[in-house]
Amino acid sequence: MLLKNFKRVALGVGLAVALTGTAQAEKVLRVGNDGEPQSMDPHYISTVQTSRISDDMTLGLLTYGQDGEPIAGAAESWTISEDGKTYTFKIRDHMWSDGTPVTAHDFVYAWQRILKPDTGAEYASLLYIIEGAEDVNTGKGGPEVLAAEAVDDKTLRVQLTAAAPYFLAQLTHQTAFPVPRHMVEKHGRDWTKPENIVVNGPYKLVNWTPNVSTELVKNDKFYDAENVAIDRVIYYSMEDRTAIQKRFRAGEIDVGRDIASEQIDWLRENMADSLRIAPYAGIYYYVFRSDTEPFNDVRVRKALSMAINREVITDKVLRTGELPAYSFVPPGTGNYGEPQYADWKGEPYGEVFEKAKGLLAEAGYGPDKPLKVTLRYNTSENHKRIAVAVQSMWKKLGVNAELFNTDGKIHYSDLKQGDFQVARAGWIADYNDAQNFLFLLETKTGPINYSKFGSEKFDGLMAEAGAVVDLGQRAKILGEAEAVAMEGQPIAPIYYYVSKQLVSPNVVGWVDNAPDRHVTRFLDLKQ
Amino acid sequence: MLSYALRRLITTIPTLFVIITVAFFMMRLAPGGPFDSDRALPPEIEKNIMAAYDLDKPLVEQYFLYLGRILTADFGPSLKIRDFSVGELILSGAPASMQLGLSAIVLALVIGVSLGTLAALRQNTGADFSIMTVSMIGIAVPNFVMAPFLSLVFGIYLNLLPTSGWGGGALQYKIMPIIALALPQIAYVARLTRGSMVEVLHSNYVRTARAKGLREQLVVVRHALKGAIMPVVSYLGPATAAVMTGSVVIESIFGVPGIGTYFVNAALNRDYPLVMGVVIIYAVLIMLLNLLVDLLYAVLDPKVRYV
Repeated sequence: MLLKNFKRVALGVGLAVALTGTAQAEKVLRVGNDGEPQSMDPHYISTVQTSRISDDMTLGLLTYGQDGEPIAGAAESWTISEDGKTYTFKIRDHMWSDGTPVTAHDFVYAWQRILKPDTGAEYASLLYIIEGAEDVNTGKGGPEVLAAEAVDDKTLRVQLTAAAPYFLAQLTHQTAFPVPRHMVEKHGRDWTKPENIVVNGPYKLVNWTPNVSTELVKNDKFYDAENVAIDRVIYYSMEDRTAIQKRFRAGEIDVGRDIASEQIDWLRENMADSLRIAPYAGIYYYVFRSDTEPFNDVRVRKALSMAINREVITDKVLRTGELPAYSFVPPGTGNYGEPQYADWKGEPYGEVFEKAKGLLAEAGYGPDKPLKVTLRYNTSENHKRIAVAVQSMWKKLGVNAELFNTDGKIHYSDLKQGDFQVARAGWIADYNDAQNFLFLLETKTGPINYSKFGSEKFDGLMAEAGAVVDLGQRAKILGEAEAVAMEGQPIAPIYYYVSKQLVSPNVVGWVDNAPDRHVTRFLDLKQ
Repeated sequence: MLSYALRRLITTIPTLFVIITVAFFMMRLAPGGPFDSDRALPPEIEKNIMAAYDLDKPLVEQYFLYLGRILTADFGPSLKIRDFSVGELILSGAPASMQLGLSAIVLALVIGVSLGTLAALRQNTGADFSIMTVSMIGIAVPNFVMAPFLSLVFGIYLNLLPTSGWGGGALQYKIMPIIALALPQIAYVARLTRGSMVEVLHSNYVRTARAKGLREQLVVVRHALKGAIMPVVSYLGPATAAVMTGSVVIESIFGVPGIGTYFVNAALNRDYPLVMGVVIIYAVLIMLLNLLVDLLYAVLDPKVRYV
């Protein structure tokens, strides 16, 4: 009897130990994500906070490697035609998480879906480089005019409108992700609910509680599952940067995707081993409404841009490692060489300031006729601090800048309608290519060419670059275009963005990179 | 009293209708739209999206479409969190907000009334001054200061409670948000109670009760408090509605999955259906609680009778 009981107890203890053993062995990565995700459907994603989650679940033809560079994903190989316009992809032998094989048809279906006008996808225009895409999206043609064709289950052929060396990098973006046709057609809008969703990437959604977290578990059907170390990822939705910092300090999260910048000194002193600041592919700039008075005069634009002491803004105002910007394309951008800097870069600020004064006087402004402008910015403590600093720099130049603050929605709506004189704007690259910055100043870009730059020379060079296959040649032409923009200063670049985050020393495999992509499949945790 | 309650309930319908109408048009008058952002959309894409959400139709037509939908209890899709409908978002967030809010109000009532009564009984003594000073601080310190302070002290320095998060609704995650929500309410309730208690303690019926030789405890609890609580009760209606619908500050600092965040974020994002959803919830709640307060009057105050 006693022995029997003992056996039972021993069995129970053994089982308990075994269970705790498994529980301990599960590796859970906890990420403080600085925003609530929008959707688990790649076609409805437009924020970077959501795409971090999506990148863990779906494999595009190409995908982000550990260093943020594109690597083979759902396509195992590809060939490019000589004119650079036809791409043929060989789809990797892999399957959706329900065991259905992933085929070229899934990609064709997905691209047609995102482009169909009634899908109402915000980001569909990123695929316009594919022949016929724009026609589908604007309703001029049915989905069949899209030049993406499944030659067979494993072969996908895509025809581009122009040779675009950035096309491969673009395929890492969620707009080009496949969706499982069989599930989308079966469940409609609900296909992304945890009980329905199927994925072809390393992780699968198990729970999404709005305002709390999104939880993913390892997908055992993932083709490279044996090399995925982390079993579970929890993305906590945290708008509040101070809360991210506190949870990180308390050891409740392993990664904080943003920091409270005002506490940078404290962080540098106390958490130096976790603080990660790295160049990020983005530009913070001021845009001049360059087709109306007073900014239709290039001398006024240049004078105001030259009078901004960028080093003061990055080193005294921001102090979080941002770099002063003298070009529109950040250094290190793909398929490009050294950016074309404004010609006063490197000269002492005092001299540049005197030149600016001269330019403004030439344009007819001075003590008798002071220049008055309105400087607009959207609500943010940093935008305000920068605007105040710039206001005082311009004051010394004899320019009275009135500051005008509105919330983001009003700000961007007015910018599109051209209702401003000088305004704050920013751009983070969608894919790593100089064209993704420079197109913002092209006339054909329409309302988001906020400055209404309209330089024929610039537009001509951009069109020329779009038709060139040779990468070196293309980079040279894009460089010439940027030089035109820097001469005309329709925008005043202020600083290049940096990514700022907290990464616990326990996280292994985190490589700082310009696109700021850190897919969980390449990470591990020290036990 | 029942017929009074019924009549009041019926009058809420036109009130609600007016609120929905005003909110609908005011929100649409605000400049900027749900899809304006730093990633400005090409015009043709914006057109597609507007059409997908019926936002391209004339405003009046959209209004009637909306009215038709809410009659079938369909609050529409959220424009920002697209995998959820407004109904789903509110249903998933409301329990957390309501639990925290209700606990905070109960806490405020118990502690606030006790402290206020104590202060009134010990009027102009050290106890009175200290309670009133502390409650003045409670009112003056905004919760965006108090909440991070609590979380720093209890979460990081003392390491007693989790700094934030929800933990599936475990008690230790709720303690700090409840306290942070309750503190200003405790302070208000204490001051209100003290004020009216001081007055009531000098009134004739209390003097009579004392003259009859009743024990002080009975005088205070049965007679004085019943009269003195009236201002607190009328304050409680709107206060309960306000705390039960959540607080954006408390929720974002403590990571509570409530609906408070939606009031601010939905408006900033111009997420029209979500704004309407939370406005309706808030309006209904405040009307119901005000009705409840009016009915409570009749129970507490013999002078109030509803027919």
